Formats: sequence, structure tokens, C-alpha cells
Amino acid sequence: MRTQITKSLTTNEAIVVYTIVALSLAIGFINPAFREFSTAITLSRAMLVTLIFAVLEMMVIVSGGIDVSFPAIACFSSYATLRLILAFDIDSVFFFYAVAGVMGIAFGLVNAFLIAKMELPALIATLGVSSVANGATLAFLGTKEYSNIPEGIDQLSKTFLFSYTNSNGITFQMTSLILIPLVLLILAYVVLRHTMLGRGIYAIGGDRFAARIAGFNVTRIQYIIYMTAGFLAAVGGVTYTILMRQGSPQNLMGSEMMVIAAVVVGGTRITGGHGTVFGTLSGVLLIAIVQNNLIMVGVPTHFQSFVVGLIIVLGTGITSIRAKRVANSSKV
Amino acid sequence: MSTSFLRMESICKNFGGVKALQNVDFEVHAGEIHCLAGENGCGKSTLIKIISGAHQASSGSIFIEGEEERRLTPIGSIKKGIQVIYQDFAIFPNLSVAENIAMNSALMQGKKRMDWKAARAMALEAMAKIGAHMDPDMLVERLSVSNRQMVAICRAILNDAKLLILDEPTTALTSYEVSMLYEILRNLKAKGMAIVIVNHKLEEIYEIADRLTILRNGENVATGPLGEFSRSRFIHCMTGREIIDSLYEPEISAEPILEVQALGREGSFSDVSFTLNKGDVLGITGLLGSGRGEIGDALFGIYPADTGTIALHGKPITIKSIKDATRHHIGYVPEDRLTQGLFLTRSIMDNTVAASIEKYFVKGRLDEEKMDAVTWEWIKRIGCVASDSKAPIRTLSGGNAQKMVIAKWMNINPSVLILNGPTVGVDIGSKFDIHTILHEFAKAGVGVIIISDDLSELYYNCNKLLVMEGGRSSGLMDTKTLTEEGLASLLHGNALEK
Repeated sequence: MRTQITKSLTTNEAIVVYTIVALSLAIGFINPAFREFSTAITLSRAMLVTLIFAVLEMMVIVSGGIDVSFPAIACFSSYATLRLILAFDIDSVFFFYAVAGVMGIAFGLVNAFLIAKMELPALIATLGVSSVANGATLAFLGTKEYSNIPEGIDQLSKTFLFSYTNSNGITFQMTSLILIPLVLLILAYVVLRHTMLGRGIYAIGGDRFAARIAGFNVTRIQYIIYMTAGFLAAVGGVTYTILMRQGSPQNLMGSEMMVIAAVVVGGTRITGGHGTVFGTLSGVLLIAIVQNNLIMVGVPTHFQSFVVGLIIVLGTGITSIRAKRVANSSKV
Repeated sequence: MSTSFLRMESICKNFGGVKALQNVDFEVHAGEIHCLAGENGCGKSTLIKIISGAHQASSGSIFIEGEEERRLTPIGSIKKGIQVIYQDFAIFPNLSVAENIAMNSALMQGKKRMDWKAARAMALEAMAKIGAHMDPDMLVERLSVSNRQMVAICRAILNDAKLLILDEPTTALTSYEVSMLYEILRNLKAKGMAIVIVNHKLEEIYEIADRLTILRNGENVATGPLGEFSRSRFIHCMTGREIIDSLYEPEISAEPILEVQALGREGSFSDVSFTLNKGDVLGITGLLGSGRGEIGDALFGIYPADTGTIALHGKPITIKSIKDATRHHIGYVPEDRLTQGLFLTRSIMDNTVAASIEKYFVKGRLDEEKMDAVTWEWIKRIGCVASDSKAPIRTLSGGNAQKMVIAKWMNINPSVLILNGPTVGVDIGSKFDIHTILHEFAKAGVGVIIISDDLSELYYNCNKLLVMEGGRSSGLMDTKTLTEEGLASLLHGNALEK
């Protein structure tokens, strides 16, 4: 029992939590404004879309792959659907998510085909699909930004779970869109931990050939993974559009590195096979705090990339040093 | 006792034009340990793959518990109670012991949910059955090879296995772990399970097998109870030739090649002296950690000696680095061929000239033709079975690859060749070839030093012996004054008291 407690206190996830606590204490000590409840609301908003992407990326990395195409898929499917909505005057949230979702799944299918059937390395395959999707957006759909989101859809961005007024009389509102990543996190936890499909994802990440011998349908599982990833990318894109109240063909591009960094800082091994939902949540939280709140203690904006980079190097360094230590340690 | 579980009759298997198996008969009884022996490429693995359903036989019939199986599929084979444990165990390092053990049977039953409680219970039950003790929540990546094997065995016996096939199960185990494994296998046998072990190590087969089937070149050469196989018949069946163990007795020569005086290195060994004359093959032995390997490392300059003197052909030399050693034409065949002796993905040719590459460096270019010619010369001279000098060396079997490691060093025209464990993981036929080659080299004036813990290898191939214990040497002994048993007792202690 005692060894189990010490074990859970020294996991990668636990180290991230310690870092978050230490960082929060430090920021809160220097700037009391951080200690207010409003921080939770602003952070939630900042993490919202990143969390959706992080869940899909974690799942893909656990299976031994990687997906760098999700920003492009998110942009294409949300932007294309928005243009349909504007052109035909379809004011439906369901339509927005469903049509974009189908487009996302289609891109995921291409990824899956290249990776599972053609056996291309996941990085190359998704890099290619990313470029195709991004190019298609700009070439066929244009570069115009739309801020005339139809009334009914726009209503969603103005629905709040609760609001909070701080001591200075500023009101903070918790967007109801936060329910999307919350439900996703719970769903991902249940699937990854308690279904054979989820365990199959870990099994493939551990040893593909052993997974095949054990009786997993590796190809099928890979199709499920990348199609789900495509779907979630679209969901992330649509959510971002609604949250920002603006449709743009480009604005999510380049977010993949930060998402991968958050996932890996959260204890997911880049080589596959290891990773948890809780760790991913912690990783996203840590990077969100650094990105959004360092400014509160007077760290200049351009210095933040430096700090984020440092955290990524340290965070992934610790994970990989520990993995190496396990590999070299005396075995029982 | 002798109810037949599996019977295979005149099995043939062709891959394209290659006949992998020809009219092989194979029968395994319930409650017996059956060894399937044969040299590399004899068709052992093909036969196993047919049993496991991974391959279909081209012709022949298979009976399981008396019933004929027309088409055996992987799933069908498992459902019949056949379980194969492959050399790499096919387990998941990133998952826990319990999950690894329970995963296959949960999949077989088509479960959709992962039941952690049931997995733990199953794992504990399976471990209790074979007497293994592991924390079911521990990740397999933290387990030793031997315990990983236990996990694989636990997983295999869960599905009411009736036939357990282990493919070379002892390769990566220490002798203590091998005896533990055999204990478990005997227990399973007592419970009526049929067990097939694929192996080619003579000593281990004699320790465990009830019956034996030997394959050679895809044909069944002999089968029967172990008692019917004398050592020499066994070797004859395996290799198809007479291999006679006789003592190596070189012509007496007083021309010294290597003289070592009071060699020592802080913390590993001290006061080692010997003289290697022309024609001598010197054996250095001792238990692991006795300093036997460290002497080789010191002579090759990997971990140089810090006291003592070395003289080569009468001239004193100093060896402080590997470069010093190669300059004096000392060659070293390391203990671990795969990580230290070979560039696995490079061609046979690249490996053969790796230590003598400057010889082929003419006017800023490599003379490929000459390299290829010398490679073929060695392939023929050293009896390596290879069809293409440009093929990656990892495509060779252990014995053939080891021959090429030796060829690599012989190609520098060595004055001294040190071999650490020259025949570890090498089949009997190649082992014999390697020993013959070494004797030839020794007669031609190369000083040969064999570091080994294989007693019969030392006894029959070295005319001088040095037994190490705790970093100190017993002094030089003449093999002729010893018996193989005497050598064994020397090795396992009391070396210095005598």
C-alpha cells in the first residue's frame, strides 16, 4: 500500500501537478489578482479548444503515431461548413458540427489509409494531409474572414453556465462550450481505460506485432483512431469559430506544436504506449498558465515563448530520462 | 501416458521452389516434454508455424487428439489448445503484468469491456499455477527477461492450453533462470500438458527432454525417447557428419608469440602471467566476474592494464588503447556479437573489411572489387554459408555471422587473436567449423586465446589453460594433465587451493 502511494506520488503526472502548484503559488504571491476565481474562468476559456486537440493528439500518440494535420483539418472543415451556412442561410448548430464532423472524418480516413494501409510513417502522412487541407482551404474556399455568424449559432457563444463578478466589479462568464472538452475528457478516460478498444490503442503503441498476435485488429483500430482524430479536429475547429465569433481559414494553423508539447509534458511518451487523460489535462493547464498568466508577474510577452520552450524541454526531458532509467534499471 | 495429442504425418511445405519441409512426421504425447532439435534453417520454425496455423502445409495430414484437421488457422489452433511462446514473447512492455496475462483470453472471448478486477484475478491464478510471484500491477518493461517469459507462459496456460510450444526459450536466460523454467515446465507436464521445446543446445536437451525429434534440411532424421540418443548419435543426427572430439595437441614449439608478465588492472584482476608459443591455443576460463573477460579487454586496450608487461614476438609493447592493439595486429572477437562484433545492417563485405579498410583505400577511393574478392575468399575459406556478399550480415545465422566476425579479424593478418565466447549461440556444426579454423590459424602461427565458460570447448580445443578466480589466476596448466571433470571442479571453486 505504502509503495503504491509513493509510486503515485512520483509519476510523471504528479510532477506536472507539483509544477502547476508551485507556479500558481509563485504567480499568486506576486500578483494577488491571480488568486481570484476569475482566473479559473479565463483559463478555462483559454484551454477550451487546446483541450479538444490535446485529447485527440494524446490518443494518437499513445497508439504509437502522431497527427500534425488537425489544425488544417479543423480550419478546412469549420471554414467550409461556415461558408455553406452563409451561402444557404442555414442557421443550425447541429448542421455546423455534423457537416464539419463528416469532413473531418473524411480527412481522418485519408490519414488512416496512408498510415494503416500504405504503411507511411504517421508524421509524413499527416504532414502531407495537413498541407493538402490547408492548400485546399486557401485555393478553393478563399482567404476572407467572416464575422457575420448567423444569429442562432452565435447565440451559443453567449450562453453561459454561470457568471462571477470580482471585487473590481468586472463580470466573468463561464462559456457553456466548456462542456465539450469536459465530456470529451470523461469519454476518453472511459474508452481508453475501460474498453478493449482503448486497451488495444495502448497495445498497438506498445508493440504492433504483439498486438496482432494477441488478436487485435490493428488496421481497424488505426482507422478508428485517425477517423476519430479527424472528427475531433473538426469539432475543435467549429468550437473555435463559435467561441471567437469569427470564421478564418488560417488562424489555427501552427497550433499543433504547442498541443503536442502539452501532451508530452503531461507524461505521454512520444514513442507511444504511455499516456493518461489526467496527465494531458495537467499538461494543457501548465502551458495555459504559462502562456496566459506570466504577464501578470511582469514577464514580457516575447519572453513567454522562451519560458514555454524551457518547460517543454524540461518536461519532455524528465519523461524521457525516466523512460531511459526504467530501461536501464535492474529488472525484477 | 502415451495418448497422442498431436500427430503430423508426411508434412511437406514448399515456399516457391524451396522445399522447407519434406515428409516430416511429428508426434507429441500429452504429459511429455518433447524437444525439437536441429540446426539453423532445418525447418524447425516452419514446422512450428504449421502447428500454430500461421502457415498451411503443402501436403500431409495433421491430427489433434485423433481428429484430423483439414485447415488449421491461427485462431483454430488456439481453440484446440495450442499455444506458442515465441522468442520475443510478443508481450506489451507498456502494460501491466495482469493486463498482459489476461488480454489474449479476453480478446478470444470477444469482450468489449476491460475488466481490471477479473484480469488481476486471472493473473494471480495463472501465476499460482506455475509458482511465479510478480506484482500484477507492475509494468512489464520493468521485468527481467526471465520474468517476461513467465508472463508469456502464464498467458499461454490461461486458455486451457494442452500443448505449449516454446521457441528457443533459454537463449537469454542465466543458468539459474533456466533451471527455474525447467521446474515450471516439469510441473506443467505433471498436470498432463504436452510441451514442445525448440532448442539446439545439447546439455539443456539432455536435462529436460523425454523424447526428441531431430530435423535436418527439412527432413525428419530421428525421433525417439531421449535414452536412445547417445551424445555422438545426437550430434551425428543434428549435423549429418561425424564430429569427433579429440584433444588439440600442437607440435611443440619454443617460439613465443605473446609473453605476458604479472599483468593486472586495479579492481579487476592481478598478477596474470602466461606465454603463448607458436601453435598454442590458450584457454582462459572462470566464473562470470572472475576477471576472465577483463584480461581480453586489457590485451585489446579497451580497459588497459595498469601493471605488468606484454611482449610480442620478443619485443616489449605497451597497449593503452584499442589503436595500440590493432597497430600490433591484435584482433578481438567480442562477447556480444550482435552489439559489438557486427554492423548488423551493413553487408557481409562491409563487415569483412571493417577492421582492415585502409588496405583498400587507394588514391582516395575504396577498391570495391578487391573488397568483394577478399570477402568471397574468406566466405569460402571459413566455410560460411552465404549466397551474396552484398546482403546485410544480419541475414546470416548466428554461426555464419560469427565466422565472418573471425574473418574480419583474420583479414588484418593478426599476430594474436583473442576470442571471447567464440561459440555462444552458435549451432554445433558451425561450432566444429570454428574450432577447426582456429586450430589451422594456430598452426599457421597466429596466437589464439579463447575466453569461454564452455568446458568441453576449452578442454578439447586448448592445449593450455588459465583458470581465473576472483581476479587471480591459477597459473598456466597443461590440458593433457586434466580431465573434463577435473576442469569442472576447478572452475567451480578451489582453483587456487590445488
